[in-house]
Amino acid sequence: MPADKNTPVIEFRDVTKVYGQGEAEVHALDGVSLSITTGEFVAIMGPSGSGKSTAMNMVGCLDSPTSGDYLFNGVHVAALDQDQRALLRRNYLGFVFQGFNLLPRTSALDNVELPLIYKGLVGAERRAQALDALGKVGLKGREHHDPSELSGGQQQRVAIARALVGTPQVIVADEPTGNLDTKMSKEIMEVLRDLNKDDGITIVMVTHEEDMAGFADRIIWMVDGRVERTGTPAEILGTRGHRQ
Amino acid sequence: MIWETVRLAIQAIFRNTMRSILTVLGIVIGVAAVIAMVTVGQGSSAQVTADVEKLGTNILMLTPGGENRGPSSGGVAKAFTLKDVDAIIDQISSVDTAAPYAQTMTTAVFGAESTSTSLVGTDNRYLDAVDWSVVLGRRFLPSEESSGKSVCILGETVRQTLFGNTSPIGETIRMNALTYEVVGLLEAKGASSFGTDQDDVIGLPMKTFQRRVMGNTDVSMIFVSVRDGLSTERAQVEIEALMRERRRISDGEDDDFNVMDMKQIASMLTGITSILTGLLSAVAAVSLLVGGIGIMNIMLVSVTERTREIGIRLAIGATANQVLMQFLVEAIVLSMIGGLVGIVLGLALAAFASNLMVIPFAPDPAIVALAFLFSAAVGVVFGYFPARRAARLDPIEALRHQ
Repeated sequence: MPADKNTPVIEFRDVTKVYGQGEAEVHALDGVSLSITTGEFVAIMGPSGSGKSTAMNMVGCLDSPTSGDYLFNGVHVAALDQDQRALLRRNYLGFVFQGFNLLPRTSALDNVELPLIYKGLVGAERRAQALDALGKVGLKGREHHDPSELSGGQQQRVAIARALVGTPQVIVADEPTGNLDTKMSKEIMEVLRDLNKDDGITIVMVTHEEDMAGFADRIIWMVDGRVERTGTPAEILGTRGHRQ
Repeated sequence: MIWETVRLAIQAIFRNTMRSILTVLGIVIGVAAVIAMVTVGQGSSAQVTADVEKLGTNILMLTPGGENRGPSSGGVAKAFTLKDVDAIIDQISSVDTAAPYAQTMTTAVFGAESTSTSLVGTDNRYLDAVDWSVVLGRRFLPSEESSGKSVCILGETVRQTLFGNTSPIGETIRMNALTYEVVGLLEAKGASSFGTDQDDVIGLPMKTFQRRVMGNTDVSMIFVSVRDGLSTERAQVEIEALMRERRRISDGEDDDFNVMDMKQIASMLTGITSILTGLLSAVAAVSLLVGGIGIMNIMLVSVTERTREIGIRLAIGATANQVLMQFLVEAIVLSMIGGLVGIVLGLALAAFASNLMVIPFAPDPAIVALAFLFSAAVGVVFGYFPARRAARLDPIEALRHQ
């Protein structure tokens, strides 16, 4: 994968997404153009219904545009079939969800090994990589705990370890601190920031918490399926003060 | 990758042990029933064959009646006579000996004891032919046979009932108001393959039986023993020719009697067993089908319940095919575990039943392998539909599922 700082890894060209038909037609995305370069930490913000989750799914190659183009590393995702998209997610993307989405009754280690199974890694090598990822998020010694035995913050760390274990180019985080208290949220954001700064992983995060968005390099503010404005946290949040 | 999938399937199965047990119960019962039925059936067939062969492979049996004599052919074929027996011995060189045989039911009384038993008319040659020895007293004397004296020999069961453990020799028993002197006691033979007690019998000289019991000169069966090393097939053909002549059957007319060797008798008897086994196995196989539907039902529930898990897997890069394989393998592993447990259970049941019925325990590896493959096939067939449903889920919808 090109690691050129100026290459857009994610590019939306006039993307629309329409759900439903006729009277019930909803324009979740209404002509969105944006680009995110390698190594950026971007927060997508906006009121609910602004289309940020749809944009998120699009970035994660889980959804495809109704019209317009979405390019991932210059590749038209719409032209890929289901399996090719699965391969793309497997090799270049990691996901972190609001609800953690760990497999229940499955140890932290087994959860983190999951993406590697689909990559075809086996035995000791797979284990080593998973342990390494758990170490990175500060969960050494908790490898064999079930999700139910871990705090929310720890569960989200497991989820981050699962996202980063495949050495992805981009981590897509959907409200990663939505279920956590302030202290845990800060810790999780620090983990994500370190991954961004130290490992150069591009991070695209949806959040509605301004404190968390403050960790990003850039904020994309969406309203009604359009990008209203983009800028640094200071530019966006400074002008809006502490509304919410 | 396949091992990985199997390992994951086993993990998933044991994550919900109780439900998995209930799911495979149908398969377990189905396979166990088929295995038990077939194994017991084959054991009893083996027993029948062994029993019949114990009589001697050189034995032929003559019975009156045509091969396919239906009710319309009119009347019962006439019985043989003692002269037929003599003719077979005299005229067919390969015959070692032949013995008449006729049988009826009677009630035997001694003192205050009485028993309902099988009364057989025959002679010493029968004891030779089927190799049955007298353990107490003696056989019939030639004079007793030729003049039809009122003497009898007892089977062990009759002796136990009437005399207990005391010697019956020289005592007099009563049957139908006539008295008979007991001269011998037969060696105990035990139950036959059909569970009838072979020792529940009283033997009379043939002539005594004809005159004093039946009041005719009929011989309803003839046992023929062929000389060692000579072909029973040839003797069979010769006997047929002789009997056709003696019974005045013209050319072109069907035989009104049968000559069977023990192999034919054995296959006739085992034929009945295998039809029964087949029917019972078919019923058991239906329960396998029901078990398969149970698996499909639970797998469908499982797919719904694990929708979010499927979403996660799809999001982190599983292809639809990998999800399909996961659920398919899970169904197959589940049903194969059911198959294995069913095989063990079925064999245990068969061993227990065989022991109870005193027949050999004869597990057939081919049937065991077939039952196992069939249970795997049930997994494939009934696992495919739920697995396909899982593979076709939309990842976004699946992740949103509560």
